[in-house]
Amino acid sequence: MNTAVRKQDLSVVAPLKVELPQATVLTLPERKAARLISFKPVLDRLVTVVLPPLAVLTLFLLIWQVLASRTGSSLPPPTQVFADSRDLILHPFFDNGGTDKGLGFHILASLSRVAIGYAIAAVVGVGLGTLVGQSVYFMRGFDPIFQVLRTVPPLAWLPISLAAFRDGQPSAIFVIFITAVWPVIINTAAGIRNIPQDYRNVARVLQLNPYEYFTKIMVPAAAPYIFTGLRIGVGLSWLAIVAAEMLIGGVGIGFFIWDAWNSSLISDIIVALVYVGLVGFVLDRIIAFAGHVVTRGTAVN
Amino acid sequence: MLKPYLSLSLVNKSFQRGNVVSEVLKGISLDVAKGEYVSLIGHSGCGKSTMLNLIAGLTPVTSGAVTLDDKHVQGPGPDRAVVFQNHSLLPWLTVFENIKLAVDKVWRSENAAARKTRIMDCLNLVHMAHAAEKRPAEISGGMKQRVGIARALAMEPKVLLLDEPFGALDALTRAHLQDQVMQIHQMLNNTVIMITHDVDEAVLLSDRIVMLTNGPAATIGDIHTVKLTRPRKRLELVTDPTYIRAREAVLKFLYERNKFVEAA
Repeated sequence: MNTAVRKQDLSVVAPLKVELPQATVLTLPERKAARLISFKPVLDRLVTVVLPPLAVLTLFLLIWQVLASRTGSSLPPPTQVFADSRDLILHPFFDNGGTDKGLGFHILASLSRVAIGYAIAAVVGVGLGTLVGQSVYFMRGFDPIFQVLRTVPPLAWLPISLAAFRDGQPSAIFVIFITAVWPVIINTAAGIRNIPQDYRNVARVLQLNPYEYFTKIMVPAAAPYIFTGLRIGVGLSWLAIVAAEMLIGGVGIGFFIWDAWNSSLISDIIVALVYVGLVGFVLDRIIAFAGHVVTRGTAVN
Repeated sequence: MLKPYLSLSLVNKSFQRGNVVSEVLKGISLDVAKGEYVSLIGHSGCGKSTMLNLIAGLTPVTSGAVTLDDKHVQGPGPDRAVVFQNHSLLPWLTVFENIKLAVDKVWRSENAAARKTRIMDCLNLVHMAHAAEKRPAEISGGMKQRVGIARALAMEPKVLLLDEPFGALDALTRAHLQDQVMQIHQMLNNTVIMITHDVDEAVLLSDRIVMLTNGPAATIGDIHTVKLTRPRKRLELVTDPTYIRAREAVLKFLYERNKFVEAA
């Protein structure tokens, strides 16, 4: 309200300026540095965004190099890692049959499991979250159970799912699903419970039917919460897949790490960890970006 | 008086929480003619908003009846469009889409072009056509409220319900919007029920001012008819004896006969 008043004040003041004598406009010499100036934002961004992590990374690699180069060191230094796992780094997509594949294929296999499990978790999570958020009775019945189940560690679900599915692939997908679904449910429910009464009243005055209410009010209003849940969920499922694959075997980044450990290929493990980290980062960013696009303009005002 | 268009007869409203029953409104009877502009005024917490919600159908009456155009009010509907105090536009939709939501629902049977014309007509009416593609977060409070009014008008309601529509605005914007609402009322001859805290606003805009006594169990204490001709001009009215008398009557009611007992 204050700013509005101030705006009004300004508009009263502004016309006075018009009556001031006009100043002569000097022509300045043509700027030559136009090209440089257009690069400046890019340069600034480089300095503020790329440089600091790069510096820290270099420092970290240096320390690692120094520490791991001592005699009797149990871990290889970065140069050794590169020399040992050259093929892995430079050729992510080779296929020698069986589980002897490039890291790219292992990652893809893991990603496909995550994609299926996570997609199911997103659909089921939003559905159940809506139900629990919308109805007091459902909340009373389900919420305590959800609160207990969500604390069960992902891997604890693996034996029971292996017993149920009798196969590694669906079991891994189930573990992903059960890991990712809780934050989606809980955040969706919170989002729906937090829909302002005003929006509900608008819907009631317009006599929106349940379907219209769901698509036009409920989902957009809860979208920021839903995406928070989805983002936590994708992070958790990437955490869970590595652990699950270590146990179920087959093609997958988790199995690859475990297999490398069994063959004492420490350098391979380190390369795989870098891949896992980068892919997890990208997954998180994809969901964050999707959320940003979908919820644009949803900020409460 | 003309045949009542909107009528509240012996309406009571009480809320129950556990075993505690609190009476909010008691024995409210009011007849409103078509095209009339009626203000509800009273101290905060006295039940003005509850009364508006009863007419809107957003809350059910405990006893008594609300009828509009010979029909019993039993739930909310677009024939009683509400302009909420905080505009309640949907922030993820543009100004145009916010009104489209209402128009698409209420005027389903019309074709797309006709509906678009309706939306633009309403935006033009409140002088907001230039901001059709903006989102609510990008426009000022006064503009949001104008869009809120446009959305309500787009439903072509039998009664327009305004819940302190200018309460959250600064004085200059408020005056500007009051003038616009008067113009629109003049043009469309809507039936309007408006809640307000502002005595000047009530006198300036209304044909009748309904004054509520302090709660609990608030009732209509007095009704003042403002016998000023329309169109009314803000500046000319300042010295108009009828205006001064109306103002005095409302102020006396609020500050002498029904002093504000407790801060709510």
